[in-house]
Amino acid sequence: MAATRREFGTLVAAAGAAVAMPAVWRSAHGQGAPIRIGTTISKTGALSATKSTLTGLELWRDDVNKAGGLLGRPVELVTYDDQSAVAQIPSLFSKLVDIDKVDVLVSPYGAGLSAPLMPFIKQRDLFTIGMFALAGNDATRHDKFFHSAPWGPDSKINWARGFFDVAKQNGCSRIAVLSADVEFAKTAAGGAEQIAAEYGMTVVYKQSYPPATNDFSSILRNIKAQTPDAVFVCSYPPDSTALVRGLSEVGIGDSVKLFGGAMVGTQYASLLTSLGPALNGIVSFALYAPEPTMANTEMTAFLSRYEKVAAEQGLDPLGFYIPPFAYVAGQLIAAAVTGAGSLDKAAMAKVLHETEVKTIAGPARFNAIGDWTERRVLMVQFRDIKGKDVEQFRQPGRQVILDPPSLRSGELVAPLAKARSS
Amino acid sequence: MILELLANAVSTGVLLGCIYAALALGLAVSFGLLHIPNIAHPVFVVTGAFAATVFNAMGWDPLLVSLPLALVFYGAGIAFFEFYSRIYEKRGEADTMQALTLFFGVSLVIETVLVMKFGADQRSTDVDYVGQSLVLGPVVMPYRLLIPALVAPVMVTALWLYLKFTYAGIAIRAVAHDERALSVSGINPGWIKRHAFGLAAATAAISGAALVIVGPIDPFAGRMQIGRAFAVVILAGMGSIPGTLAAGILIGVTEALVGAFGSPSWAPAVAFTMLLATLAFKPSGLFGASR
Repeated sequence: MAATRREFGTLVAAAGAAVAMPAVWRSAHGQGAPIRIGTTISKTGALSATKSTLTGLELWRDDVNKAGGLLGRPVELVTYDDQSAVAQIPSLFSKLVDIDKVDVLVSPYGAGLSAPLMPFIKQRDLFTIGMFALAGNDATRHDKFFHSAPWGPDSKINWARGFFDVAKQNGCSRIAVLSADVEFAKTAAGGAEQIAAEYGMTVVYKQSYPPATNDFSSILRNIKAQTPDAVFVCSYPPDSTALVRGLSEVGIGDSVKLFGGAMVGTQYASLLTSLGPALNGIVSFALYAPEPTMANTEMTAFLSRYEKVAAEQGLDPLGFYIPPFAYVAGQLIAAAVTGAGSLDKAAMAKVLHETEVKTIAGPARFNAIGDWTERRVLMVQFRDIKGKDVEQFRQPGRQVILDPPSLRSGELVAPLAKARSS
Repeated sequence: MILELLANAVSTGVLLGCIYAALALGLAVSFGLLHIPNIAHPVFVVTGAFAATVFNAMGWDPLLVSLPLALVFYGAGIAFFEFYSRIYEKRGEADTMQALTLFFGVSLVIETVLVMKFGADQRSTDVDYVGQSLVLGPVVMPYRLLIPALVAPVMVTALWLYLKFTYAGIAIRAVAHDERALSVSGINPGWIKRHAFGLAAATAAISGAALVIVGPIDPFAGRMQIGRAFAVVILAGMGSIPGTLAAGILIGVTEALVGAFGSPSWAPAVAFTMLLATLAFKPSGLFGASR
């Protein structure tokens, strides 16, 4: 059956429309399609205490979308549970990039989980915000990677430098270094030795111990025998608890002015409330403390909103450590996208390299490999802790900031024995 | 100074060893006597620890509350063994690999349930004696270790007396020795095994309460205990209940001495070195699998 010229014309027009339709639809869809931000969250497994990352990101997403989105497009989070397993990271991030077609990545929590991601983002030239990936980009040196946490430059060595600055100011010259047999702690202990040497301090005792050690009496006795002025401790939550209890049980002598430094766990309400007054005198790191020198209405407002979600979802009730910096990750993305006026990755990176970004954790400037140019890791001394009520940790005067000097809210109370009894 | 360090290392090692024995006691029954490779036992212990924290938050002493909890665990252990028995043993499919897979799966399920119910944060108990120590001359013994450590000799003695002098206890030892012979005697070996598995689970409630007094726990804390618990049971000799206490103390003291005079980093290798040596030179264990 032969088609008439009119029928043939109609057929050609219909075929043309059919061919053009997907492109027209894609174009229209692209204009209002969400900007997709992909990451993995450790919802299960050993790192599941870090799942409050998602809450911080969700609060930022809600704020941005309420204000009209980015580039007139809504923001959407695409997340998967990485089960705290390094082995899950390559496949999940490949899925986020190749199948979910996310526009921006946020790294998984910590340097350990982020390690397998770094070569991938370098190879694919992806714009990525790092979540607590301490020194995560030092080896890869990807120019489109930016840390949300203020570890500062050369963080592998320097992030806990504040402890040694306080030690130096207080005349400490004999240092003991104690670390768990895990990567983060060993890295921190290595950095500590370098800084001690730089400051002319003598490392009189150096010891590592297996993770989850629950009795430190022998170690504390050996430290006591060396009469150090300061004890730099790189511990994880279970051992942080055992160490603090060990101090009460067997003591550490009168020579010690400063004890702590890199004790993971003292940033979370669960450990703070379980140890209560036993924390008095301990010095540890933090990224936020409710001290007058850090007073910031944006941060206070964020924490107030976070606390409500945390109560509903059973998350860390204080949320000082991770959630604000997940929100900061969002703020960095917003600044990059808005500043670039597009999702062009090179333009977004250029914005963050060249301009200061106002965040709820203060102004952020970045060096060539995405470190904050100013280290803002706090060294806080626990004081006046009474009982185990969580509310007291929201009050000023309980985590007194000793370092950095720009945020200092008090001086070190020393020696440790006096600080613990006061 | 060295003598003081030695005395304290030995005392701490004894206390830690008692706690290891308490954690391994249930495994000594389920693995040592029933030959069930219950790698989920440390997770049972952690479940007991979480249960103790719940009641401790209401003002109960964790060890006291663990006694009624042990009854609940006994019932749960019987129910679980019934499931295990119906699915595997009665089909004649209870080979070791399948059992290991089952218990591995069970431990993952329990961990996930604990995370969903309690979150992943560390939990601990609030008892007055934590942070204080008993001082005997140069020896300082933290009550945080001393009081949980006392649990082990009590449990071991009670279980040993039960197995030695009661009808049901003798039947448990008999089922470990020759199940078929027990059937011929007119005793239902299935009931005896259920009862024994229930007892093993009951010890987990008490051991869990002891564990959470020593230090904070999270849903994954059991993973740190699996290897050491098996090492204690094998070093003791399969099924030797008093041997469990001796093996636990031997491992605890050796670990403490290595930690005090060598490097604490070597301490985790102690249990496994002793396990390897036992398997190589005395496979029946120090106490010869006495029944």
